[in-house]
Amino acid sequence: MLWDSVKLALRTIRRNVLRSSLTLLGIVIGVASVIALVTLGQGTTNKVTADLARLGSNMLIARPGTPTPGPPSGQDSRSFTARDVESLRSGLRNIKGVAPSANKQGVAVNGTASIDTTVTGTEPDYFNVQDWGFSAGGPFSESDTRAGAASCVIGETVRHDLFGNAPAVDASIRVANVSCTVVGVLAARGQSAFGTDQDSTIVMPLRTFQRRIAGSTRISTISVSTQQAADLPTVQAVMEDILRETRHIRQGEEDDFTVRDMTQLAATLTSTSTVMTGLLGAVAAVSLLVGGIGIMNIMLVSVAERTREIGIRLAIGALASQVLAQFLVEAVVLCLLGGIIGILLGLGIAATGAVLLDIPLAVQPTVIALAFAFSGAIGLLFGFFPARRAANLDPIEALRHE
Amino acid sequence: MTEKPLLSLHRITRVYGQGESEVRALDGVDLDIYPGEFIAVMGPSGSGKSTAMNVLGCLDRPTSGEYFFQGVEVGSISNTARAMLRRNYLGFVFQGYNLLARTTALENVELPLVYRGTARRERQEKAARALAVVGLEGRGHHTPAELSGGQQQRVAIARAIATDPTILLADEPTGNLDSARSHDIMRLLKSLNQDRGLTILMVTHEPDMAHYATRQIHFADGRVVAPKAEAA
Ligand SMILES: Nc1ncnc2c1ncn2[C@@H]1O[C@H](COP(=O)(O)OP(=O)(O)OP(=O)(O)O)[C@@H](O)[C@H]1O
Ligand SMILES: [Mg+2]
Repeated sequence: MLWDSVKLALRTIRRNVLRSSLTLLGIVIGVASVIALVTLGQGTTNKVTADLARLGSNMLIARPGTPTPGPPSGQDSRSFTARDVESLRSGLRNIKGVAPSANKQGVAVNGTASIDTTVTGTEPDYFNVQDWGFSAGGPFSESDTRAGAASCVIGETVRHDLFGNAPAVDASIRVANVSCTVVGVLAARGQSAFGTDQDSTIVMPLRTFQRRIAGSTRISTISVSTQQAADLPTVQAVMEDILRETRHIRQGEEDDFTVRDMTQLAATLTSTSTVMTGLLGAVAAVSLLVGGIGIMNIMLVSVAERTREIGIRLAIGALASQVLAQFLVEAVVLCLLGGIIGILLGLGIAATGAVLLDIPLAVQPTVIALAFAFSGAIGLLFGFFPARRAANLDPIEALRHE
Repeated sequence: MTEKPLLSLHRITRVYGQGESEVRALDGVDLDIYPGEFIAVMGPSGSGKSTAMNVLGCLDRPTSGEYFFQGVEVGSISNTARAMLRRNYLGFVFQGYNLLARTTALENVELPLVYRGTARRERQEKAARALAVVGLEGRGHHTPAELSGGQQQRVAIARAIATDPTILLADEPTGNLDSARSHDIMRLLKSLNQDRGLTILMVTHEPDMAHYATRQIHFADGRVVAPKAEAA
């Protein structure tokens, strides 16, 4: 009986291909957008998570500026000093290292090759904190740092642009008009979570950077990484206490610096994408609602057109419940068809988008199953009223209908 | 006849509308129909023949009076119970055939069996047998549009008898057919009545057709009048 109804429904739908497809458009668009958005959203989240993992784990980053949200006040805020760094070094436990750093955009030149890149001044601890290895050479030494020696470490992009296939270590380059010797090449890291190329970087001793490139002793960032993820909250709290003390911030006064946990940042990024998904989901829900109303409309038309047929069915022994079932099945089959088309279309859009946005294609079977079930539910919901109208027809009136 | 009536109407009325526009389509009908009868219902247009058929066919409810089906009062039972009654005991043939368009003859005949939940195999066999009875074997795969009026009415009769009903109700079954085709249909109905003992109640305007029946009933102004008067 159910199978007969499904067959009958498919036949009816086939008879009105154009009408059926137009009716389905709402459902198709709704389902396709849900599938495409959720798949792309998940892909983005996966990518951000992977990127953050690459950015270095267990990392705390201190920056000048109040923690309260608002326009960034970096320039006005007091930058960190060597004293802040020293206090952190002596006061923190269970850490891999403390790395003060400052950076500036600058042009690096080797012969005729040049690249506009980020120049960072820091201490050798930086590479431990960042958990960043070398593909050639190694870090500059503590003594280089103390002496303000003109040595530097370059990222993979810089190496590629300045040296091509030639060896880079021990070569001399000019960075922002300062001549320095390349002592190491950093392992390639790829793009950051924010879309910047992490390998376009030159790292040199902090003192060298301050004296010869920045012309100031400002320290804009202090990165600390802990031995274990579990230590992060304690270390963060101690870090804040130490900085408040060295920076003479009194009780009740607002911090003029911010300590951020990179995993918190991940959570923030993921939560914004959750909000986005929610909003887009609402848009999709509206189009599904419109689609459902379309289904209801076409089913009402169908019931009106087939009044006589319904009368015949009732006369030859159909129960009202069987007529109800027939029209419900028809609405559900119609919606499921729309759901299937929408799912395929959505996956197609997601696949294209994934290629264009360079993110992984995160197909989620549960979401697909939900979308499928949901389109069926729309059929039930919006098909019910027309189906009940069909079932409640008076057989004689229906038979007399022309 | 000493037998118990199959169907029995007692003071049945069917009133359409109210007040000024009130129409008493049936105005106190008493009627007994016995098993094995082939009845021709005659009477002028508007006399209430179709209304009576609808009441007897459990498609319509009487306004007042009692309708006994095999001794059970069915005039006031629920819609579902009436649908079950139609499904299990009644077969309908209409003037306009009322076959489902774009649906093959076989599928049309199968339809009442589908609603009875008969298994596919059995239902196809029964439908094919019913088509054979009305002389349409081999035509099962034609749609109504591909059949003549007489053939369509045969399909409708096959559909009505596929479920082995107790009584066949036919409202002007030959109304849309020419004389030759009409006589074919009447011979078919008569053989169903004689060979299978099928009780048939048929509305017709044509005395020629009424002659096939075993009994004639005349309606006038919503009442059954002088049963045998015009029959002779
Ligand atoms: N749905 C209805 N609403 C109002 N009046 C109706 C309705 N159906 C039938 N009638 C009236 O009831 C009366 C009997 O109608 P019915 O159809 O039973 O006549 P009939 O004997 O079958 O006539 P015909 O030979 O033309 O088919 C007529 O006066 C008709 O106008
Ligand atoms: Mg009539």
